[in-house]
Amino acid sequence: MPGITREEVTHLARLSRLELKDEELDHFAEQLDAIIDAVARVGEIAADDDIPPTSHPLPLTNVTRPDEVRPSLAPQDALAGAPAAEEQRFKVPQILGED
Amino acid sequence: MTDLTRLTAAQTAEAVASGESSAVEVAQAHLNRIDAVDEKVRAFLHVDREGALAAARSVDERRARGERLGPLAGVPLALKDIFTTKGVPTTVGSRILRGWVPPYDATVTRRLKEAGVVILGKTNMDEFAMGSSTENSAFGPTGNPWDLTRIPGGSGGGSSAALASYQAPLAIGTDTGGSIRQPAAVTGTVGVKPTYGGVSRYGMVAFSSSLDQGGPCARTVLDAALLHEVMAGHDPLDSTSIDAPVPPVVEAARRADVRGMRIGVVKEFVGQDYQAGVKERFTEAVELLRELGAEVLEISCPSFTYALPAYYLIAPSEASSNLARFDAMRYGLRVGDDGTHSAEEVTALTREAGFGPEVKRRIMLGTYALSSGYYDAYYGQAQKVRTVVTRDFAAAFEQVDVLVSPTTPTTAFPIGERVDDPMAMYLADLFTIPANLAGNAAMSVPCGLAREDGLPVGLQIIAPTMADDRLYRVGGAVEAAFTARWGHPLLEEAPAL
Repeated sequence: MPGITREEVTHLARLSRLELKDEELDHFAEQLDAIIDAVARVGEIAADDDIPPTSHPLPLTNVTRPDEVRPSLAPQDALAGAPAAEEQRFKVPQILGED
Repeated sequence: MTDLTRLTAAQTAEAVASGESSAVEVAQAHLNRIDAVDEKVRAFLHVDREGALAAARSVDERRARGERLGPLAGVPLALKDIFTTKGVPTTVGSRILRGWVPPYDATVTRRLKEAGVVILGKTNMDEFAMGSSTENSAFGPTGNPWDLTRIPGGSGGGSSAALASYQAPLAIGTDTGGSIRQPAAVTGTVGVKPTYGGVSRYGMVAFSSSLDQGGPCARTVLDAALLHEVMAGHDPLDSTSIDAPVPPVVEAARRADVRGMRIGVVKEFVGQDYQAGVKERFTEAVELLRELGAEVLEISCPSFTYALPAYYLIAPSEASSNLARFDAMRYGLRVGDDGTHSAEEVTALTREAGFGPEVKRRIMLGTYALSSGYYDAYYGQAQKVRTVVTRDFAAAFEQVDVLVSPTTPTTAFPIGERVDDPMAMYLADLFTIPANLAGNAAMSVPCGLAREDGLPVGLQIIAPTMADDRLYRVGGAVEAAFTARWGHPLLEEAPAL
């Protein structure tokens, strides 16, 4: 397995929405390399064999309930923990460009 | 006068029900104990004095009115800070949720309140439950009451330390890879990971949704069973909650009899190089089970040695997705919202400032394992390991009723020893992870002190899914026999704080 490079860690940090500092990039590159090297052992288990993957310990089925109005959080409660709110809405930084 | 903090939960409930003690007296005794020792132990992130006393008063009033009280009414409890509590801060040990006050109760929190359990406060934990030492908490480490310079286990180290220092007779933890059982083992307490789906995850902050499971922590097996029965059971608010009766855990804890049971020792874990004192105590526990009338067999589960690497792909993968919700928009920390940064930049700046190193490592590891080009080799292979581990368990449980192993390879290690060496830290979960991958029920129960350092060792018991009662039969029998042999509960050997 190829080792993980500093450039790859930079890319992973961007995908993960983490604005890492330079010294963190070096440190994480070294540690992630060691971890990935160790966990790559999963490749030893029957890669050729026809083993189905398990994503969950239970056989999951979709659970639904009748579509009826029920009591829920009041807007002021739902917004109480928001970093910023206005007119019963979450207020967020600018998402789209000026024009 | 009796020291109310030394009673078991069962004894406390009886004292409250009979009127021998009031729930307020019991709560106040524990709050006083917290004031006296928690500056040293640092088990709690938040103590809810008013809430605890109000809950206790309500139990006393109900008793005065002649109402029938539940089996844990008036018993104090330390709640891991991963369960939402309406009006009481919930941080998950993270800066990103510092100061957040949830507008709703987790199902577990609600059930505790309805049962008259008195919630003393919220306990320290590794950030987002990622860790085996509680050192990854953004709010500083917790000390192990047996030796305050050592770790109390993790991620639920605040809960285990609160029990072992008599700050609460009951606590609640969550177990994704061993976070209930490993802290129990290294503090000489009892911890149970119920069958996956046995306890509702509603209002429990998600780390790895297919592995996370809340469960009871206590100083005795019977107390854990009483709490198990209160917190478990089907919840329509959690689509992975099992719609079946809770296994008869209290009855099993009282029965505490292993005669005729078949108990398997996992061969692959005997070969692992664990600490000599851990091996010695484990061997002694297996011998004890034989003396108590169980049939002991050696069982091979060859896939278990792949469980740890599979876990460190599956859990980070799910975490990288789950923790995407911390985007600085709807709750929690927001950094850089000064008009010069876009929403996406604010998210990245906030996550950089709000998450600690272990959480960042795992998010990036998970992102890597799920990336196209690497998915098949990492996440895909890990899912196959999960299938093979489940098959090994199924084959084992055709031959035996439960499996046993040491809970952890070593006793409590010194604070600071492994904090910047992730692989060394991950090894603490070596024996506990297989049960999470397959969804089995598992318990850690004290089995003595290691000769070389005088620190507690835990025996792990693993049962098939929805056979949680078997854990309590075996754990109860081991506890009773060892307590008789030692002449007192193990925890009485812990130094006074």
